[in-house]
Amino acid sequence: MKTYDIVIVGGGPAGLAAAVSARKNGTESILVLERDRELGGILNQCIHNGFGLHTFKEELTGPEYAGRFIGQVKELQIAYKLNTMVMDISRDKIVTAMNSTDGLFEIQAGAVILAMGCRERSRGALNIPGYRPAGIFSAGTAQRLVNMEGYLPGRKVVILGSGDIGLIMARRMTLEGAQVQVVAELMPYSGGLKRNIVQCLDDYGIPLKLSHTVVEIRGKERVEGITLAQVDDRGKPIPGTEEDYECDTLLLSVGLIPENELSSGMGVELSRVTSGPVVNECLETNIEGVFACGNVLHVHDLVDYVSEEAAAAGKNAARYVQEKRVISKERPEGIVAEQRKSGTGDENIAAQGTGSVSRGHIVDVQAADGVRYTVPARINVERMEDILTVRFRVGGVYKNCFISVYLDDKRILHRKRPVMAPGEMEEVKLRKEELRQYPELKAVTVKLEEV
Amino acid sequence: MYDVIIIGAGVSGCASARELSRYKARICVLEKAEDVCCGTSKANSAIAHAGYDAATGSLMAKLNVQGSRMMEQLSKELDFEFRRTGSLVLCRNEEDMLKLQELYDRGNANGVEGLRILNQEELRKMEPNISDDAVAALYAPTAGIVCPFGMNIAFAENACANGVEFRFDTEVQGIGRSDAGWAVETNRGQFETKCVVNAAGVYADVIHNMVSDKKIKITPRRGDYCLLDKSAGNHVSKVIFALPNQFGKGILVTPTVHGNLLVGPTAIDIENKEGVNTTREGLAQVLERAGESVKNLPMRSVITSFAGLRAHEENHEFIIGEADGAEGFIDCAGIESPGLTASPAIGAMVAGTVRDLLRLEENPEFVGTRQGILNPQKMSAEDRKKLIREKPAYGNIICRCEMVTEGEIIDAVKRPLGAKSLDGVKRRTRAGMGRCQAGFCSPRVMEILARECGKEISDITKSGGNSRIVVGTNKDVL
Repeated sequence: MKTYDIVIVGGGPAGLAAAVSARKNGTESILVLERDRELGGILNQCIHNGFGLHTFKEELTGPEYAGRFIGQVKELQIAYKLNTMVMDISRDKIVTAMNSTDGLFEIQAGAVILAMGCRERSRGALNIPGYRPAGIFSAGTAQRLVNMEGYLPGRKVVILGSGDIGLIMARRMTLEGAQVQVVAELMPYSGGLKRNIVQCLDDYGIPLKLSHTVVEIRGKERVEGITLAQVDDRGKPIPGTEEDYECDTLLLSVGLIPENELSSGMGVELSRVTSGPVVNECLETNIEGVFACGNVLHVHDLVDYVSEEAAAAGKNAARYVQEKRVISKERPEGIVAEQRKSGTGDENIAAQGTGSVSRGHIVDVQAADGVRYTVPARINVERMEDILTVRFRVGGVYKNCFISVYLDDKRILHRKRPVMAPGEMEEVKLRKEELRQYPELKAVTVKLEEV
Repeated sequence: MYDVIIIGAGVSGCASARELSRYKARICVLEKAEDVCCGTSKANSAIAHAGYDAATGSLMAKLNVQGSRMMEQLSKELDFEFRRTGSLVLCRNEEDMLKLQELYDRGNANGVEGLRILNQEELRKMEPNISDDAVAALYAPTAGIVCPFGMNIAFAENACANGVEFRFDTEVQGIGRSDAGWAVETNRGQFETKCVVNAAGVYADVIHNMVSDKKIKITPRRGDYCLLDKSAGNHVSKVIFALPNQFGKGILVTPTVHGNLLVGPTAIDIENKEGVNTTREGLAQVLERAGESVKNLPMRSVITSFAGLRAHEENHEFIIGEADGAEGFIDCAGIESPGLTASPAIGAMVAGTVRDLLRLEENPEFVGTRQGILNPQKMSAEDRKKLIREKPAYGNIICRCEMVTEGEIIDAVKRPLGAKSLDGVKRRTRAGMGRCQAGFCSPRVMEILARECGKEISDITKSGGNSRIVVGTNKDVL
């Protein structure tokens, strides 16, 4: 069986940035496994601009942004395999993968970085009633057909869901000659970035109907029309508010789901809120040496943050591999494994799940009062970076509220934000020095406060 | 000039065709859709019923029990998925115990083997997620689950291999007498035949009423279903029914042979024979009622919903045999649940009737077995490696949710009666049937279909007819 120090599952923005970072942090033996025909992931179909403002201080298209990282991967001579599907990962990090040239093969990984990205929620997940004709696409599928293959999925379009891909596709379909009649959004606010609403809908005169949903799809063979209705505050359609639209296409941009089937198959603990792994300050899951980053961990709004997060995962994985090597040189392999397995009663999961020798001071990170989740969910104070970014999303639209961070009962941050919305990711920074001042600290709480 | 024309390539029509192909005869199946298994046969509960529901002495009861007994052997001969899981009919209050007993007695009278009434404790042990208020259940160990597409396609392919012709996109518009027997008018011309088998599903009344004065009426009875992700597939291990009511067997919860969880159906009588639209109320009812039978149903895991039409005949009985005043016209009508289970027996009965009528001789070249599409997931790692070395397309995953390879899709397209559309590929290989519902794989499957069929991408359809996936190219109208 071949061995690699780090196997990265996924060659999209997260996997690429993790690979580059792991190499720059000293790991030679890295393999990226990508299921598609080329590196870059979904960025390849995101031909619009607006990428890279944070990372490169310039505005790039998706393929250009991916190209920067692909260039680095090639320059650093990091190994990768395309058209390769990871079929299974075992708890002891044997990665089973398949492609048409190597067949079915196994690799022993020292560390694994999960970077599989996400998939789009389908019509079925929403249980939209009606017929099931051709002409119903998730926005990303339509984006691939248009931007990568040059085909127009339809001419008269209604879009359900104002997630970013839906907004981007409203503009794209318009530019390619289709007529986009309306974007409907179930929630009273958009799920996408403000800038996308302005640049993709407002600039083209495409109406956005908040608190609306599709209650009927007509057409037996191809979509012939849909019915929109207004919904009440519980999301239920209000009778009498129905409006019929004639269209041949319905695009759905109704949410993204991290693709964690491989993760859960190997026993990675998942969050019910994000559907992504629960991770510690190293972005390490409950399984030692298995890290996660990018949209498989939690759905991001900007790829720049994915790159940043993935670089951290890559760095931590590199550190894990190096520390493990040091340990195994000091002590025979069997003993280390045995000790890890048994553990001791007072050890906590995060302390066990580290290649680091330090046991450390483990603190929970809790989301409360309008904050839906945090990444990470646990911190080993000794092992955290000097400044640790905690990312989160809020559960509704909040105006002139404060983001607060508490160390147990003590508030250490109180930052006013004019607007916060579920479509935009938020972050706070924790300083190691500050946390270390509280040796009894149990929990860091991130919450929203009105005053 | 045919000996037999079978109208409809659903499971009854294809089972009849396969059984008839045991005899020397020129047989043709006419199907209005682009593929087999496009109507009632594709959208149902996918259950092999034990046979305690139908009235004792009815044809329905007889063929159900016969079909159930044939299922296992047939699934091996024709290589389709079938699993004898057993079923439970739940009794949720003491007053209904009599009804449960009634089912038990009827089942015994119908010849169903192994029936047992379980008390609450036995029931919990067998099925931990069953609703807390279930006090008892009828356990039928012979019930099972089957892949309805797999079975239908297997019948069709085996019939085809034994010489039966299939004509798709061919809709019967009229039937008249001819010198030899019958002249069948279609949108693609007229076909002469000695004998007609009417297996037209919800349209069986329309076809029947073209030739017989004794009219029948088939009412489409719509049922909405929700399919849950494989992550919910082990929620129950058996088919879980509520006690039947006037509209049938109520909402069931069942694992599928592919590892999903299926809940449904509702039962709404409608007029529109094409009315396979789900409704908001229907889907809500499905989830609500399913939640009454099992607890903690993970409704967040729904990946798709669909509706099917049962071909309900007012007397709730299969009509199989020569139509009144129409010699050589054999009805196979009113085939609603348990029609899928009964189909092997229906096919044998129809074939027997036609054989006697036309005095058909046995076909010595008949081959009763068929190989399905190779499923690499069932192979050992070694065999799979070897397969990929020989045929690299089996190393290329196209549908990442269901792990379907390019090799399987090519097989599905290239074999006799192969897939012509995305839905055709889906029913044969499961590509697109998983949790992303074809979001990722549909552009790839379109490419493969276009390449293997020598078509343009823009000609690829979801399910034939006007169901084209793309309508043009970028900026083509600008």
